Amino acid sequence: MAGLKLGIPAKGRLRLAAVDWLGSVGLTVIPADSDREYAGHLSGDSRIEPVFLPASEIPGELDAGQLHLGVTGQDLIRERLPFRTTRVAELLPLGFGFAELVIAVPDAWADVVSVDDLDAVAGAFRNVHGRPLRIATKYHNLVRSFLAERELADYRLVDSQGATEATVRNLTAEAIADITATGQTLRANHLRILDDGMILSSQAVLAASHSAPWRGDDRSTLLGLADRAGFSLPVGLGT
Amino acid sequence: MNAEQVRARAEQFLSRFTEAGAVHVETAVLQPADLLLDLYGEDIRARAFVTRDPVRGEFMLRPDYTVPVARMVMETGGRPARFAYLGPVWRMQPPDSDRPAETLQVGYEIFGNGDRAAADAELFGLFCELLAPAGLTVTVGDMGILLAAVDSLETHDRRKAALRRHLWRPNRFRRLLDGFSGARPDESIRPGLRRESGDQSPPLIGLRSEAEIEARLAELAAEAASPPVGPAQVKGLEAVLNLRGTMTSALAELEELTGVLPALSPAIDVLSNRRDAMRSVGINIDHLRFSTGHGRRSMEYYDGFVFGFESPQTRGTVPVASGGRYDALTGILGGGTTVPAVGGVIRPEVLLACKEGAAWPG
Repeated sequence: MAGLKLGIPAKGRLRLAAVDWLGSVGLTVIPADSDREYAGHLSGDSRIEPVFLPASEIPGELDAGQLHLGVTGQDLIRERLPFRTTRVAELLPLGFGFAELVIAVPDAWADVVSVDDLDAVAGAFRNVHGRPLRIATKYHNLVRSFLAERELADYRLVDSQGATEATVRNLTAEAIADITATGQTLRANHLRILDDGMILSSQAVLAASHSAPWRGDDRSTLLGLADRAGFSLPVGLGT
Repeated sequence: MNAEQVRARAEQFLSRFTEAGAVHVETAVLQPADLLLDLYGEDIRARAFVTRDPVRGEFMLRPDYTVPVARMVMETGGRPARFAYLGPVWRMQPPDSDRPAETLQVGYEIFGNGDRAAADAELFGLFCELLAPAGLTVTVGDMGILLAAVDSLETHDRRKAALRRHLWRPNRFRRLLDGFSGARPDESIRPGLRRESGDQSPPLIGLRSEAEIEARLAELAAEAASPPVGPAQVKGLEAVLNLRGTMTSALAELEELTGVLPALSPAIDVLSNRRDAMRSVGINIDHLRFSTGHGRRSMEYYDGFVFGFESPQTRGTVPVASGGRYDALTGILGGGTTVPAVGGVIRPEVLLACKEGAAWPG
């Protein structure tokens, strides 16, 4: 009976890369059968139970202690757990799933190259249009804390769960904060990243839950994995 | 400390406030999120509890009383009156904090008294009387002094407006001032984007117009060509920003600074009138601590007199009591009609925690 629950992204490139990485540390994912891609086991260690779920849900399940370990993006962990909760520890950067959370404005804004410019424009925009400048994003916590640190005034975050690059053209936002890998989609949508507009440079990580029930077996399983994958355990984890 | 003791103490404060002529009012717990976001900025979302109604949209659990009470006053014509209130406010706390999310506030607000010095002194006098036995450290400040110091600068209005806009954001204020005084090349006044010649200019998307972009490019060019604010004035402004002492020593120092910052004079008159008014209601002002910076990290709506009562245990967290003048806020809420307004709150949980010698959790 498997004890240690390991969250793996259920779909897409992140799933493929996570499965590859697990294979490289001796944990080959064996699907239950071709019709059930969300069930399976690991050939290398029967004490670890793979749990397939959306990458965006893995941080919350780690925080709640429903998973012991999980592979997901740093961006998702830090957005979902905005207070850098002490209940989840990032153990190992995995070298895939690279993405940058950036602030971008219309490329035609020749007067705006920095967050300071954006602040000045937000003030003027409010005077002209009678309302704060809108920034569309789905990373509300990360963007808000970045802009609070930079002391930006007169702006509002508006929620955009997808196709965020289109919001400016659609007149539902003046600027955006979104994840990009190459910047190509932004350029195609006539948006430009601010020079100092990088909020987070993110990649996939192996993360662990402090709040999961760590039994004796689970801890030795984790130590074995740490040995194979080459990471050390933070103080107190698994005790 | 238990809830009954806190409540009983708060009730005593409330009855003193009503005895002083205040009408006891209650406000809605659910406040329109749009209004609070407009007033406090997006940051309030990280501090206030947000809830939503599928039809009416977002609301916030009252994070303080001042805005709801001022709103009520302005919506009913802004007539002169004194109001008192007692009830819970809600603030989100980080998970590593033991500070409660729900605390009581008991407060007193004076609207419409055109004799601002008298109103400031009346409010402050009540707070001194009620909190004197607690042996707290009292600090007063004046945002009007800072605003006047900025107005004194011999430079163009755009710079002054930028400094005024960021008076409550110390780092950004500093960066702006450094840029305007030539202390370092300022990134906020870089002359815009340099495109490679031959690059196609990108199509304009979004609500912000070509004219707005052109206007700011012209501003950037004008800014780059403007002479820096002189070193004497910058030093004067810094002296005002860093001024700490007693009320008496502060007034003397400010008087000296009028040489380089002449617009300080009317603000100094306001300050000394307030001192006289305080003295005439029996407040011992000789050792009263004055700090111009007090209020810069507090609520953005205070634009004149500010004060705080703190104990060593609460230093850097939540003051036992605080308040200030917010005339401009009434203008925003009143659609242009401004009413003189000053008010303050006591946080009874914090007060009782200090008296028991326990630290108020950070």
